[in-house]
Amino acid sequence: MTTLPHDSNLANSHANNHGVIVDNTIDRPGERAPLVLNMDKFSQVTATVCRVNEAERAPTAWYVAFTLALGLLSVLGVCIGYLIVTGVGVWGLNNPVMWAYDITNFVFWVGIGHAGTLISAILFLFRQKWRTGINRFAEAMTIFAVICAGTFPGIHVGRVWFAYWLFPIPNQMEMWPQFRSPLLWDVFAVSTYFTVSLLFWYTGMVPDLATLRDRAKGKLQQMGYGLFSLGWRGSNRHWHRYERAYLLLAALSTPLVLSVHSVVSFDFATSQLPGWHTTIFPPYFVAGAIFSGFAMVVTLAVPAREMFGLKDLITLRHLDNMNKVILVTGCMVGYAYSLEFFIAWYSGAMFEKFAFINRAFGQYWWAYLIMVSCNVITPQLFWSKRIRTSIPLMFALSIVVNVGMWFERFVIIVSSLANDFLPSSWDLFTPTWVDIGTMLGAFGLFFTLFLLFCRYLPMIAMAEVKAVMPQADPHGAGAGKHGHARAHDHH
Amino acid sequence: MATIVTNPPETKLNQPAPAGARLFGMLAEFETPGDLMAAAEKVRDAGYKRWDCHTPFAVHGLDGAMGIQRTWLPIFVFFAGATGTIAAFILQAFTNSWSLTTWAGVWVTGYPFLISGKPAMSLPAFIPVMFELTILFSALACVKLMFLFNGLPQLYHPLFKSNRFRRATNDRFFISIEARDPKFLPKKTEEFLRSLDPIAVEAVEE
Repeated sequence: MTTLPHDSNLANSHANNHGVIVDNTIDRPGERAPLVLNMDKFSQVTATVCRVNEAERAPTAWYVAFTLALGLLSVLGVCIGYLIVTGVGVWGLNNPVMWAYDITNFVFWVGIGHAGTLISAILFLFRQKWRTGINRFAEAMTIFAVICAGTFPGIHVGRVWFAYWLFPIPNQMEMWPQFRSPLLWDVFAVSTYFTVSLLFWYTGMVPDLATLRDRAKGKLQQMGYGLFSLGWRGSNRHWHRYERAYLLLAALSTPLVLSVHSVVSFDFATSQLPGWHTTIFPPYFVAGAIFSGFAMVVTLAVPAREMFGLKDLITLRHLDNMNKVILVTGCMVGYAYSLEFFIAWYSGAMFEKFAFINRAFGQYWWAYLIMVSCNVITPQLFWSKRIRTSIPLMFALSIVVNVGMWFERFVIIVSSLANDFLPSSWDLFTPTWVDIGTMLGAFGLFFTLFLLFCRYLPMIAMAEVKAVMPQADPHGAGAGKHGHARAHDHH
Repeated sequence: MATIVTNPPETKLNQPAPAGARLFGMLAEFETPGDLMAAAEKVRDAGYKRWDCHTPFAVHGLDGAMGIQRTWLPIFVFFAGATGTIAAFILQAFTNSWSLTTWAGVWVTGYPFLISGKPAMSLPAFIPVMFELTILFSALACVKLMFLFNGLPQLYHPLFKSNRFRRATNDRFFISIEARDPKFLPKKTEEFLRSLDPIAVEAVEE
């Protein structure tokens, strides 16, 4: 088979003498850096991505990771079971600290989800072509993170069998939810976010499921992928409506994702507690969410591309770009931390001033120190390109950011609750083993779902990656033997 | 050097069709998006109506080359979104502010939720849920209507009989002209497709 013609500018500038592209993190004015390395045929992309799902055996590392994840998942099961049977008293909650690890975990996981939607929706609207390599598994991460997040308010209600009271269901008690409460807005925001993310993810996956269906050897795979690909046959009349729908979903998800963490922040901001009652919370929470979410994408992408041989599709340039986003959002978060202190001082409110001094130097000084050093200080290392493009360093830094962001939520929630207006009502929160087990167990749930996704679903949006290859351009490298002259172009 | 090892480009045309099998149409295979687009323009200009292109990804500019009309989908999505806004308002106004009793199959009584001295009709507080349901209704309508307008799910299609067609979701580009098209004549359409210089032409049975 002939090699498809190449855009000579593009191929040579980022390549060494042998034509093998070695570094696509270099920016050359007037040229697009390649997003797919060492491949010039569409079939190579298909084969690389489908190999993960079609292999008889998953890589050994997958089995090790899956066993660990299942172990943590059972810890979650035990902790939740014990909680339901006994009551929320098994957590370290007290009066005044009635929200602690549970809501910290909830906010943390909702935040993680945000990067997936940012990559799939906002970067799509901004025509950032590099999103195609990472959007599928980032969206999967969103969905699994929201599942983890949803677990916590669900079990925090105490008597979980009454959780349906959260929804406006006609009932014999003639009792309806209180729609003036941000906690109820949260129910709507998070469930809408989950539904829309799931739709977006699934819609994007249909053409790729069809690819797996058409390559499937076994009956089971054929039927499974066949059923979920809905009979997709790549029809351009279908593609036309599909592309419209995809654009609309991106346009709908963009304000949605910004609203979700804003609504989560309203849970705090609309209360009168010093340290919570702040107007900066919505943008500050959204920036933090994107910050932690991108860190989690890097944490997942680095081992995944190693384990499944996807380095030519999730290239160093993708990782470099994500690290830049982490740097920017990390600076925003740092700005928000300092502005909070300024406003507390500027407000002249005694309780507000105390809340912030107490946050940094009070009982929870160590949590505040972890938060600032992980979220503001260490991400500054990403100014250096050498660190942004170093796999071990970015992996370590991404975990540091995740730890820091968990502590951010802990600091906001617990330090504000523990020391409010009246010293007589102050108390200190200490977690129990159930608190810690539930927190770690949620990671088990997340990684179990993520590893299953990697094994059985297309991890990279093949159709989208192919569309951004130079060979996909009917007027450029994809013109073929007859070519398609620009003069004949009909738009 | 376009030798295809996996799918030899023989056509089934010269073999007599089995009794009872009807022709679905003709399938032509192309190697690059550029070749497909040049061919699509000729099919469009030849006046065929019941035909389609099949590509592994959305080829930019192919809608114009095929002469596809813009879809009405966004209009429907707009109305779905407006329905969501109104539904959310009614839900909250009914359950939280007025003690309304309305007949909707059975007598339904609303709940006057008075708490913290807040006004019964707290429109600003109702906005977040109105926003969320607007998005929810729009997104559900968008995906459902897109698949509905596309006639999906349709798990069986005559084109799936063709082994060659499996590469439509991988790396090849196809044009199919249906036998139902008024301009379709088996021999003439085949010759026409061959004149577009494809890799292969194949007849597909119903």
